[in-house]
Amino acid sequence: MPVSLTNSGVVYHALKKCGIGLVSALPETWLVHLIRMAEDDPQMILVRLAKEEEGVGISAGAHFAGVKSAMLMQNHGFLASINGIVSLAQLYRIPLLMLISYRGHFGERDPWQTQGGGATEPLLRALGIPYSFLDDPAKVEKRIAEAQTWAYSSLHPAALLLTRELMWEEPA
Amino acid sequence: MQRLECLRAIYDQLDGCLVVTIMGAVACELQSLGHKPNFFYLQHAMGLGSSMGLGLALCLPQQKVVVFDGDGSILMNLGGYTTMARYRPKNLVHVVFDNESLLSVGGFPTATSTGSDLEGVARASGIARTGTVRTMEEFARVFKDAMQASELTSIVAKVDAVGPKGYVTELALLENRFQFKRHIEKSTTETRRHGETMK
Repeated sequence: MPVSLTNSGVVYHALKKCGIGLVSALPETWLVHLIRMAEDDPQMILVRLAKEEEGVGISAGAHFAGVKSAMLMQNHGFLASINGIVSLAQLYRIPLLMLISYRGHFGERDPWQTQGGGATEPLLRALGIPYSFLDDPAKVEKRIAEAQTWAYSSLHPAALLLTRELMWEEPA
Repeated sequence: MQRLECLRAIYDQLDGCLVVTIMGAVACELQSLGHKPNFFYLQHAMGLGSSMGLGLALCLPQQKVVVFDGDGSILMNLGGYTTMARYRPKNLVHVVFDNESLLSVGGFPTATSTGSDLEGVARASGIARTGTVRTMEEFARVFKDAMQASELTSIVAKVDAVGPKGYVTELALLENRFQFKRHIEKSTTETRRHGETMK
């Protein structure tokens, strides 16, 4: 599978370094290695969801419990979570850290991903959710740490977009 | 059976628990009996009360967590039953007050009024310990048993479609949020300290 195992490891290591103790996830191609890493980690609470919006509630519960968490989801999962993001995470000032795989952007071969690709950044902007890109393995750790720091100082959701550049390795 | 009376009957058992309610009548009525710092009212995000309870229960396995849900809310997150069933935290008690209607927006009937069975959904999702109750005596008994059991329990309490006149309370959302967070910080620190002296 051309999903980068190395860079998935870089992302997972960065989450661990930030003290993440719970991740909620719904499988999608780019996230398979990350989810397996969470599954194999006895220190990590992995919550597999039926629908991504549940993850907002679970992360809110984790925050109240004093556990740092992250949501792993595709951008269509972000689209499916918007009511929860607005009426729980934003309404109640929850420092939600969202790692969103940025499907449907340039280079995407799956036609069904393309509409969501075009909607992702405009929606993040419309919701006032700051985001940055995970596109360079050398900068992953710093960008995740900075997003988490901001989420906690502002008590607001923050997003990191997992890009094709980082997650996908074209087969030779 | 009235929801307010159900809440009144078990109110004293909520000390020492973390309580999450959904919006509307449940939040209002629990507050009318007396707000406590261990109560959190999720005044929107319909469907996510149970998810929040699950997150709390998984992260604080020594802490009993009670969710007061409603039919309108859980119908928006039926998948949440499967997630609760998947992780079946022993310390989570999930109560659905099922009045078969969306009371706060004019009483429009929900699908439970035409036969959808939430206990059946819970059981078919894989939650082994479930019950449907229709009288105060049954509710009080089943709730008490659930609180003493070390097993995820989902209870459907069939209640009348009656509630308070209004739904806005004096308690600001963020005041509730920060108070609840502080309460948990304090109680987990105390538990830890107690745990240390026990050694």
